[in-house]
Parts: sequence; C-alpha cells; structure tokens
Amino acid sequence: MSSEPNINIEHIATLARIALTDDEKRIFASQLGDVLAYIEKLREVDVSGVEPMAHAFPVFNVWIEDVSGPALPVEAVLRNAPASRDNMISVPKVVE
Amino acid sequence: MTPPYYFGTIAALSEALSVGKVSSLQLMREVIARTREVEPRVGAFNSFDELDALAQASASDLRRTEGRTLGLLDGIPIGLKDVIAVEGQPLTASSRMLANFVSPYDATVTRKLKAAGAICWGRLNLDEFAMGSSTENSAFKPTRNPYNLECVPGGSSGGSAAALAAGCAIATLGSDTGGSIRQPASFCNVVGLKPTYGLVSRYGLVAYASSLDQIGPMTRTLEDAAIVLGVIAGHDRNDSTSYPAQIPDYRSAMTTVRGPWRIGIPKEYFGEGLDPEVESAVQAAIAHYRTLGCEIRTVSLPHTQYGIAAYYIIATAECSSNLARFDGVRYGHRSSEARDVNELYFKSRAEGFGQEVKRRIVLGTYVLSSGYYDAYYLRAQKVRALIRNDFLAAYRDVDAILTPVAPTPAFRHGAKKDPLELYLNDIYTIGVNLAGLPAVSIPCGFTRAGLPMGLQLIGQPFREAELLAIGRAYEREHPWAERHPSL
Amino acid sequence: MQYEAVIGLEVHVQIRTESKIFARVRTGYGFEPNTLTDPVVLALPGVLPVMNKAALDAVIKAGLMLGCRIAPVCKWDRKNYFYPDSPKNYQISQYDQPICSGGSVEIELPGTARNLMGEHKRIPLTRIHLEEDVGKLNHAAGDSLIDFNRAGTPLMEIVSEPAMHTPDEAFAYLTALRTVMIYAGISDCDMEKGQLRCDANISIRPKGEQKLGTKVELKNLNSISFVRDGIGHEIKRQIALLSSGGKISQETRDYDGMTGTSQSLRSKEMAHDYRYFPDPDLMPVKVDDAWKDLLQAECPELPFEKQRRFFEQYRLPYTITSVLIPDRGLCDYFEKAVGHAGEGRAQPVGNWIVNDLLREMNVQKQSLAESRVRPEHIAELVKLIDEGTLLSNLAKDVFVEMAATGMRPAPIIDARGLKATTSVDELEQWCREAIQSNAKSLADFKAGKDSAINAFKGPVMKAAKGKANPKLVDETLRRLLAQI
Ligand SMILES: [Mg+2]
Ligand SMILES: [Zn+2]
Repeated sequence: MSSEPNINIEHIATLARIALTDDEKRIFASQLGDVLAYIEKLREVDVSGVEPMAHAFPVFNVWIEDVSGPALPVEAVLRNAPASRDNMISVPKVVE
Repeated sequence: MTPPYYFGTIAALSEALSVGKVSSLQLMREVIARTREVEPRVGAFNSFDELDALAQASASDLRRTEGRTLGLLDGIPIGLKDVIAVEGQPLTASSRMLANFVSPYDATVTRKLKAAGAICWGRLNLDEFAMGSSTENSAFKPTRNPYNLECVPGGSSGGSAAALAAGCAIATLGSDTGGSIRQPASFCNVVGLKPTYGLVSRYGLVAYASSLDQIGPMTRTLEDAAIVLGVIAGHDRNDSTSYPAQIPDYRSAMTTVRGPWRIGIPKEYFGEGLDPEVESAVQAAIAHYRTLGCEIRTVSLPHTQYGIAAYYIIATAECSSNLARFDGVRYGHRSSEARDVNELYFKSRAEGFGQEVKRRIVLGTYVLSSGYYDAYYLRAQKVRALIRNDFLAAYRDVDAILTPVAPTPAFRHGAKKDPLELYLNDIYTIGVNLAGLPAVSIPCGFTRAGLPMGLQLIGQPFREAELLAIGRAYEREHPWAERHPSL
Repeated sequence: MQYEAVIGLEVHVQIRTESKIFARVRTGYGFEPNTLTDPVVLALPGVLPVMNKAALDAVIKAGLMLGCRIAPVCKWDRKNYFYPDSPKNYQISQYDQPICSGGSVEIELPGTARNLMGEHKRIPLTRIHLEEDVGKLNHAAGDSLIDFNRAGTPLMEIVSEPAMHTPDEAFAYLTALRTVMIYAGISDCDMEKGQLRCDANISIRPKGEQKLGTKVELKNLNSISFVRDGIGHEIKRQIALLSSGGKISQETRDYDGMTGTSQSLRSKEMAHDYRYFPDPDLMPVKVDDAWKDLLQAECPELPFEKQRRFFEQYRLPYTITSVLIPDRGLCDYFEKAVGHAGEGRAQPVGNWIVNDLLREMNVQKQSLAESRVRPEHIAELVKLIDEGTLLSNLAKDVFVEMAATGMRPAPIIDARGLKATTSVDELEQWCREAIQSNAKSLADFKAGKDSAINAFKGPVMKAAKGKANPKLVDETLRRLLAQI
C-alpha cells in the first residue's frame, strides 16, 4: 500500500476486460482514489500473528464420491447462447 | 384471520388454508390483484408469471383435498430476489447483462421451497448483482419504498422488502452480503433474517462475494422467519461451504428457548452519524429488554471501524472474479460491435454492466493485481479474523448483541451519489457478514415523518432459534410490522 | 563455444475419473459437442464447485509413486484470465500450496545398442498440483466454435526442475512418467486424445556456466517424438542465434511437428496478471497418514523396480524385460504364466510372450485382454516342449492355432497328431535300419568321426515323419552304435 494510492485505471480495466469511456476512467479513478485512501485505514491494524480468515466456518475435505450425474441437454446449453452453430458456441475469431 | 389475505402471515394463512377458510387459488388471485394494483408505483418486480403461479396454487389446493399437504408453506406465495435461480424463469440479477437469461436449473432454496409446496412467485428487483443499498442500481428501474414512494426501499434486496411491505407476497427471500437483507427490511418495516454463513445453501444464488453471501427470509413476523428458515436451511452437497449443522424446528424452538438473556450493546455502534430518531427507537428497545429482566451489558467490538475497509476489499476482490463469467460468450449480453473475441469481452462487459458493478470490479481487480495482494486482500482477511474474534470474545459475556441496522431511516431517491458515502452506511451490518454470524432486523417503530426503523439482533453461530426467541420477546409487545403502508 | 541446454518440462495429465473434478457430469473423449456439460461446467450464474475425491486420490497416488512430499494441508486458488475456452474465466488450480512437492522421475537413457540397457538417472520434480481442464476451441474461417465437453476434466500439472540437458533426456522423462501414470491407472496418457500434454522451457548457456540463460517456452508438443524433435530444434535455433551474435528473447513459441519448425506466439511483455487468490467456494484439504497409507497400499510396483526384480528373480535378459516392462498387464501375464510353468522356465515363457504372443496380437489387432491365449496355455506349451512331447519346430504352428482358437496346446497336438514319437521299439527299429543301410558312415563313426552320426538322423526323422524327439534319436543311435 503506497501512502498515495495511484490507480492505473487503463491497466486495471484491461485486466478486467471492460471498455471504459474517458469520462468513466476519470470518474472511477477519482472515486476509487477516495475508496483506496479510506482503505489505508487498515494499515493501522496490528495483524502480526493473525491467521487470514478465508472461510467463516472452515470444514476440511468437503467432497463428493466419483459418481456421474445427468448432463444438461445440448438444447439447454445453447438456449441462452448469443450465437451458436453445429451445437457449439460461436464467437468472433480468436486471435492469439 | 381477516382479509385482506395479502397482508397475512404464513402462520395465520396456513391455518386458514388448512381449515378451508381460504384456498390457495383465492390467496394467489388476491396477491396477483394487489400486485397489479400497486406494482406500477412500487416497482418491486422484474417480472412475474401469473399463469404459473395460479397453476402452482391449484396444484396446492388439489394436494390439500387429497390430504397430501406438504407443510406450512404449501400454497403460500413466496417472492424470490432475482438472483435466485428458478428453472424456466428469468434470472437477471437486475442487470442488462442477464436481461434475457432464463435459468435451466433450480437453486437449492428454490428446490426446497417447491418441495414444501410454496409458490415461487415473481422475480424481485435489486441493485444490479446485489451491489448497492438502495435498489437504485437496478438496470431496469428503481424500486420505491411503500411507506414513502419518494424514498428508497434500501438494498440490495429492495424488491424483496418492498414487495412484502406492499402486500405483493406473503414472504420473500433476499440475499445478504453486507446488510442487503437487514437494511431494506428496516427501511420497509419487515423482518429480515441473515442466517449464519453456511446454514442456507448458496447453490443457485448469483454470486457477489462468495465468502459473505447468504440467502435469508424476509417476513412479517419472526415466527414466519422461523418457518421459512426451517424449510431452506440445511446441508447441501452442491455447496461446499454449506455447514453440516443440525436443523432444529425453529418455530417451536423459539417458543421454548427462554430468557432472561444477557444482551450486549457495542459502544462502537452508537457513535457519530447515528440518526437521533433511530437511536432513541433502539434505546427504547433496549429499555424494553431491561424491563423483561434481561441483563444489558456494554461490550466492545474494537475493530468495528475497520469493517468497511476490509469488507470492500474482500467483497470487490471476490466479485471481480465471480463476475468474470459474464463475458457475452455462453450466455448474457453480447455486443454486436465486436470484431474479435477480445473486443467481445471489452464491449459486452462495458455495455452489460452498470456503473456500480464496473466500479466494484475495477476496485477488486486492482486489489488483487500483482504486488498488491498482501497489502490488500491478505491484510483484509486478517482484519476479518480480528473482527470475528471481537464478536466471539463478546459472546463470552452476552447471548446476543443489539444494535441499530442502519444509521438512518430510508433516504430519498438520488440523495446519495457518492459511492464512499453509501459504503459507509453499511457500518452496522457489515461486521456480521465478515464474522459469518446470524443477525435479524426487526421493525422498531416509525420516525415522525412516518418512515420505518429497525433494530438488529446479532446472534451466535448456528443459534438462530435463540436469536429468534430473543427477538420475539420484543416483537410480541411491539408488533410494528402490523402497520401497513397506505398505497 | 560449447553450449549446454537446460530443459524443464511442464506436463499436464488428464486424470481418468468418471465425473468431472468440480461437477457431477461424466468425463469423456470423442462425444458430440457440448453433450458432457451441466450448469456447473458451463459456469451458469449461481453454480458452485464441489470436489471430486477420486481426483485427489489420483494425484496423491502419483505423488507417492514419485516420492513427493504430500502436503498435510492444501487449498484451491483461482487463476484469473479471460479465454473463451475457460467458462468461468478463472481456472481453479493450486498456487502456493500444491498438493505434492519434490520427488523425482527415474529415467532410462538410450543404450549404446538396441539390446543394451541405457544409463539410468533421476530427474527431480518441483511440484505436482491439481486443476481443471478447459474446453476446446475449433477455429473456422469466420468464427471460432467452442465445445465444453473437456472443460472440468481433472488435470494434474507435473512440473520438473530445469534439470534435463538433451532431447533424449526429455524423451526418456516423458516415457517414464507416462509409464508410471499408466501403471497406477491414473491416466491412459494418450497424447492424441490430449490426455498428456507437454510444454518445455528451454534455455542454453555456455558449458560450465551456472547462471541460466533466457528461457523460451515451447508449446504444442503433441506427441512424445515431437517433444524430442521440437526441443532439439529449439536448442539448435538458440545456439545458432547466439553464435551469430543474436539475443534470445523470452517468448512462447509454437512447434509444428509436421514441418519441424517453430514460430513465436507471444512475447512476455503481454505478461499475464493472474490475480491468484484462495477460492472462497471450496474448502481446504487435509491429508492424514491414514488416507496416505490407504493410497500407498494401492500403488503398484514402479516399472523400473519391476524390471530389476525380473532380472534377479527370473534371470530375464534386458531384451525381454524392455518389452514387458512398459506394459503392466503384460508383466502380470508373464508372472501368471511363470506361476504355472515354474520359475525355471521363465525365459522361454518370456520369449513366447514377447515374440509369438505379441506378434499374434498384432496380426489380429487384439489387446492382451482380447487375446485368446491364456497364461496357463503358454505355460503348458513351454512344458510340453521342455518334456520333449512337442518339438520346437512344430510349436510355432501350434501357437498360431492356440491364438486362433483359444484352445490349450495339448488337444491341438493330439488332434493334429503332432505328438513326438515316444515308442522306444519303433524308434529302435528305425535307428537300426538307418545304421544298416549306411555302412560308410558306420565305418566313419567307428573310426572316431563323431559327426558321422548325423547321417543316420535324417532317415530316422523321415521315417518318423518329423515327430521324433531329436534328443531321444541321438541317444538311441549312440546306444545301438556302441553295441556294434
Ligand atoms: Mg472464457
Ligand atoms: Zn496447468
């Protein structure tokens, strides 16, 4: 945490795959700056020796035995798809 | 009971149904008529399917005549927040992204409600993807507070609270990540229960922040909350975070669990920013408990002030990942502008998500990005542990903790524009989610301007029966929820 | 300048389970597109993952067999990146707490000749972790089509230390790893079906230098020989580049095994930021000794251990074990046959299996399970030959018929009248006649020319229609000659 959080909104929006307008970039950068400045509060807390809490009530080894259940019918797979052909989801050409 | 049935409780209506005083079809018709009448002003529903609901009602009546009634919920219309999957029904999360999505499967709670004979009625509005506390962030329309249409119903389960308050359902389900059941319940004069994390399956709940989200009932009475909770709670193999807890009969347990209790008042929850009318209503409730012989103790939750910071790191980090699946590929909004798949991502997500969702995804992406993980997410998880420890330490001395739900009653539409200011409003509800505790919002009076207020009781993990019993000791003599809005 | 290559391999092995790693729909290859999906696999709104225990069992087993440390506690992390074949746009994987770490793979380098065993060495492993597979993209002219059948198949990623130096070592490593996986029943490792996939990290440095050079990641090495060829090609490319004063850039290259060329996919400046964090939807895993012991008991003997045992216990030559060992089923078959035939006959049993049984299976396009020749049939055959009942020159034909009919050898020999003659009277008669009708050879023999005895054997065999036991013929002849 730097004392003056500086958000590279362009880079973050790219990671998040959201096209932001210039206005959005400007507004978000300033609002997020406020939020990040507020979040700086956490630096005051002494967290030495504290185990991070990933789950409210952790239980180990939650699993299901290896038994298969029904598949979703392919019509149902495609019903919500924006574009499909040959029983597959179609997307504009993937460029590496 | 006396009509209108649409303002009835589950307890009373199930009795009326069982003695044949009313049929489910008749009840459903009343609810539909009421919904048609008030919904144009309230805007609590994203959609509803009248024919489907009437068919479910007839099926319930048929079961009843054949002596195959499934339980107290059989034939009762229950509204579902539009983040809970119902097979064959839209599931929009109030987002343009999912405007045309139809769920091919049932959430676990949906399956359980259906198995109990309940009528899954309507898709209820919310802040897009449950991000917000006013239901103004819905991509479709804002929901209005039935007690004052100029005001917000709270959020994100604003549709669930408003529909119930307006008589458009007998009970509803909401979801609560940082107060999203309790705060709208307090704004709309209904009971809202956020169960212990892991008590109710999240399978089929559109995820906002997985480690905080929990589905819970919104009802007219604590008894009704107990009835609904008894149906939806329980271990689910489809949710790895579902806890293998014993499910008691909450309804009978809440009458047999008896006080007097030791009730904790956290001093950090009664400071600056708390509306005086809310404070005095909550103080009145505390006084009531004292008269019941309860021991009132001041407790300290010293890390309260860090709750919002920790919450917004954890919740946004998780949401940035949870919402990555909305990419316009397999379902959901797809931009027509995209020439390649990368553009498809950028444009579909830009067009499909609203401002608040984008804002939180960006924040969450930032706090997880390279070099920041330890400073933000990991530190927030440690602070989260400290916040939970505060509560657990307090519970060595008290049985439950009593606080306000929100610093203010419902505010006016458009009154709060600054995101941070809105985030700060969640101060009293967020700690409960971080700690994974159960908490209930109970109506505790009205402001001079006629707006409802609520008190929050925070209980110990998986001890919902006791929590409801403690609440019942107040509600019995202060049945505020019986005061309906004039619409 | 002399260069040394440094090679590390990242191998993905699909684990053979009935259902997917976090969903209940079945796994499979070659099914109609999108028929092996469900709401969880498709990442529909609201769904949640639940672990499949069999996938955990498999990776722990793999770790035990390769001598890895098994973490007492491990967890699941999300690896965030957008790609159309990844339904959630994050992959559930293991980041900083993999289930297995350390360990090694024993490999055998090529010998100096085909029939000679090569040098053995151990390639150390960094880690093995568990994760989920993605779907498949099919690129058409105007669009790309996605099939999610493969998505969610359990996958283990086996990362070696950068400890190999030649394409042969990489080849041997993959071969050995594959054999271990197949032995343990973890995977069929069919590279054509994508059940085993390999990426190689390759760098070169001046011989003697400790510091690693700039590494290039080579992708799409989709057969074991392409791995060897691709790495060889890449080492040559890097040496040529450095020798001509060029610089290696850190990049990912795509190897085309058909043309033997590679091209740059993307340079590392578009570096990913995977934003790993613990998956809040999944609970951690605790592996205790009881669980490990249970799996340890299911672990088969390692291939090279078995080979060493076959050398010692059965005195088998390398030429036989090198054929048997890669196929655990064939080894079991061999040991069953030896069990019936007796350990003293292990070598002929081994020979019949690696020569005749495999040839017949090949001709008939049969698997071992489909072959009609049972281990006890081979044992019986070897015994019959050994006891002189069946002459080895006739045994090949008998075997062909055993393979075709599934019959035991004895009834075939009876039915076709192939039993070696055992009537001493008849044999003595033929021998006497043969000696009497060849005075010259008799004289030669008596004069001390031992090889003259062979001249009598032809007529005896002729009279016996080839069914006389040569050893017995020899004995009888000598006995009669001594009497003269
Ligand atoms: Mg994707
Ligand atoms: Zn991998």
